[in-house]
Amino acid sequence: MDHPIKRDHARFRKIVKGRIRDNLRKYVSQGEMPIPKGNKEFRVPMPSIDTPRFKFGDQKQGGAGQGEGQAGDPVDGQDGEPGQGEVGSGEGNKELEVELSLEELASILGEELELPRIEPKGKKAMQKTTDKYTSIGTVGPDSLRHVKRTYKEALKRQLASGVYNPDNPVIVPVKSDFRYRSADAKIEFENSAVVIYMMDVSGSMGDEQKEIVRTESFWINLWLKSQYKDIEVRYIIHDATAKEVDEETFFRTRESGGTLISSAFKLCREIMQADYNSSEWNIYPFHFSDGDNWSTDDTKLCLDILDQDIIPNSNVFCYGQVESRYGSGQFYKDLHTKYGERSDNVILSKIKNKDAILDSIKDFLGKGK
Amino acid sequence: MNRTKPLSGELLRLKEEIHQYAVDYGLDFYPVIFEVCNYDTVCILAAQGGFPSRYPHWRFGMDYDQLSKGNIYGFQKIYELVINTDPCYAYLLNSNRIVDQKLVMAHVYGHADFFKNNAWFASTDKKMMDVMANHGTKIRRYMERYGQDRVEIFIDKVLSIENLLDVNTLFNTPQIERNRQKFAQMQEDEKHLDQDDGRSSSLRSFMKSNLRGKDQAPAVPKQIEDLLPAREIDQRYSGTRDIMKFLMDVAPLQEWEADIIGILREEAYYFLPQRMTKIMNEGWASYWHSKIMTQKACKSSEIIDFADVHSGVMGMSRQNINPYKIGIELFRDIEHRWDTGKFGKDYQECTDMAVKEAWNRETNLGRQKIFEVRKSHNDITFIDEFFTEEFCERQQLFTYKFNPRTGRNEIDSREFQTIKQKILAGLTNFGTPLIQVKTANDQNRSELLLEHVHQGVDLDGGYAGDTLRNIFALWKRPVNLETIQEGKKLIYTFDGRELKTRT
Repeated sequence: MDHPIKRDHARFRKIVKGRIRDNLRKYVSQGEMPIPKGNKEFRVPMPSIDTPRFKFGDQKQGGAGQGEGQAGDPVDGQDGEPGQGEVGSGEGNKELEVELSLEELASILGEELELPRIEPKGKKAMQKTTDKYTSIGTVGPDSLRHVKRTYKEALKRQLASGVYNPDNPVIVPVKSDFRYRSADAKIEFENSAVVIYMMDVSGSMGDEQKEIVRTESFWINLWLKSQYKDIEVRYIIHDATAKEVDEETFFRTRESGGTLISSAFKLCREIMQADYNSSEWNIYPFHFSDGDNWSTDDTKLCLDILDQDIIPNSNVFCYGQVESRYGSGQFYKDLHTKYGERSDNVILSKIKNKDAILDSIKDFLGKGK
Repeated sequence: MNRTKPLSGELLRLKEEIHQYAVDYGLDFYPVIFEVCNYDTVCILAAQGGFPSRYPHWRFGMDYDQLSKGNIYGFQKIYELVINTDPCYAYLLNSNRIVDQKLVMAHVYGHADFFKNNAWFASTDKKMMDVMANHGTKIRRYMERYGQDRVEIFIDKVLSIENLLDVNTLFNTPQIERNRQKFAQMQEDEKHLDQDDGRSSSLRSFMKSNLRGKDQAPAVPKQIEDLLPAREIDQRYSGTRDIMKFLMDVAPLQEWEADIIGILREEAYYFLPQRMTKIMNEGWASYWHSKIMTQKACKSSEIIDFADVHSGVMGMSRQNINPYKIGIELFRDIEHRWDTGKFGKDYQECTDMAVKEAWNRETNLGRQKIFEVRKSHNDITFIDEFFTEEFCERQQLFTYKFNPRTGRNEIDSREFQTIKQKILAGLTNFGTPLIQVKTANDQNRSELLLEHVHQGVDLDGGYAGDTLRNIFALWKRPVNLETIQEGKKLIYTFDGRELKTRT
């Protein structure tokens, strides 16, 4: 039996998850993103779980310390106290952070937004057999010999036949005692997905707009990661011309100049054709802009590319329009006229401000595509 | 489920050796039982305040989470755990080196001596191990009957007032409590005697015994109508700082709810002396581990390792007073002063610094003095009496303050009186705000009015508001808190719907 504290611990985890679910909207809209920690874990800042008590406000309180220095010298900077770690030594004011796995976080998002699970296309296309050593056999190579089980068998046999001597507990296995790990073949379906983010970085997209895109892409990635075994993410920025960049650049770049959305679509088409065979890959092109395009001709070109190349090969094409002071929002209207509300392969969403991010995520992922 | 093992082999031999040293030095303690366990178990025990069995609550799980992660990331390590019980239980980490084990054992004997002899621990229950286990059973039973969520949420509320204690209650030994009850009973009886209703005294006594029997019968839920009238509550409780007891006695609670407050209160009072003697207790234990190790137990090959660990524990911080460091240095200072006679009228009135420096009357009272000090003082009186200007200077202490202009904490002063005041202020009322009941019938509407006795530092407004919400859940009528914020009187009110402030 486990120690009862494990139950307290499970309870704590449950409360934490509930708390995150309750505050999800706040987390998302304030851009307080969980901090990825490697090995698919995330750290979520969680200040409010503290038991409230009457206590002194601390900022102005100051305190007493030990060390060198003149009046006016800063005392910060030496945060940790190495070695000082016996039980209850000071109730440090460090903010509580809890760790959640990707699955847990995604399931919170999924439950809160009532997202359906994605039915991957091309599921049967890629089969893979893997061998898992889950069972035990009586024959096998020496390298797979299961020592403990072999020992047990030998012990059982010796006990049963009365050869076992407790004073001299020597166990000698014979051939029939040997046990080996043996493999079960399992068929697994591989599915992989690629997300291609395109963003307008022309002058009219400000920092706030980019922040929205960043937050939104984080949660979209999170959900897709939980649904597919592997996902790849590609980033394209464009103004009048498009180029592929890494994640860092994607969210930092700010160009001025005009906007030709078709340039991004063209590049997206190239990437899809070069690297991602649509019968094997689940492809998610996302485009974010403020809705301005240079000319109606270019818009027409965009629609052509979408129709002929991008949409037929993607699971779903998503367009998010982030409202900005300068954007006209024309592109949304154009897409809307063409594809309407209930197109199967095109999802359009308007994102007014940070509070709307969660709803927009629901728009994009709510169809289970 | 045996997570801890008794000592054996080398460790057992070591224990006997260290035990003998401790006895030779004159330490006096209840038997100490050492158990060996792995780090996970130490984390569990530490999360539960040292006890193997507590009531179920998520908070212990949270602490466990934090502690075990602290170890994984390597920024925190628990070295020892010792519980104030008779016999005294202490846990050794199986992964520690021999030299660490010796140090921890010596340290533990210091704590054990302190637990037994310091006056502030006199009223703590030395059978707390059983009491805690019983509390666990009781609360689990309540959870079975009333639902885990309901009970746990109630405990959450009570934990909000867990620090609203009255240190004087520590001197309420069961004997005093009984005497007080007897006295109250006598007064009550006199009242009854006055109203002569013609019944014979034997009949009266019979009826009373009947009444008393009813009182003790469990499972009679306290009804709101049974509660004391507000005026009487005020007479009895106005000014009390034992908010837990106050609410337990007079708030309109179910029997089980009052019982849970009682349980949590008992545990809070059990831990209170440890919070009041942190500096002394750690200082005393460190003094003895240092003494035993350097004079007796440490082998020459171990001295570097010992110095490494010891200096880690004594490490000074620029943001906090390290209780280990201040404690051990103060004890050493006291011993030195009483050995050389640097005390009393002659020494105080001497103005020649050179003479003072070289003062030595060879009084040799040091050892005796520190044993006296550990018996009767708590952190406040300890600092107040023995924290001298010379000591302050030698320890390079300073106070710091937040500078809003630069946005950081800066050294404020190296002035002896300022520093002493700052340290004492941090220790007053074990470092928590002084909150007392002003009236239970505020505005003649049965509203509770609490008063924060302002001593120079404002309350954290956000926390105060949330705490009021939780107290409201117990009091069930609007709850007010009178305090001072930024020099002005301010009253927080939570009326069940929203939090308001008025001046």
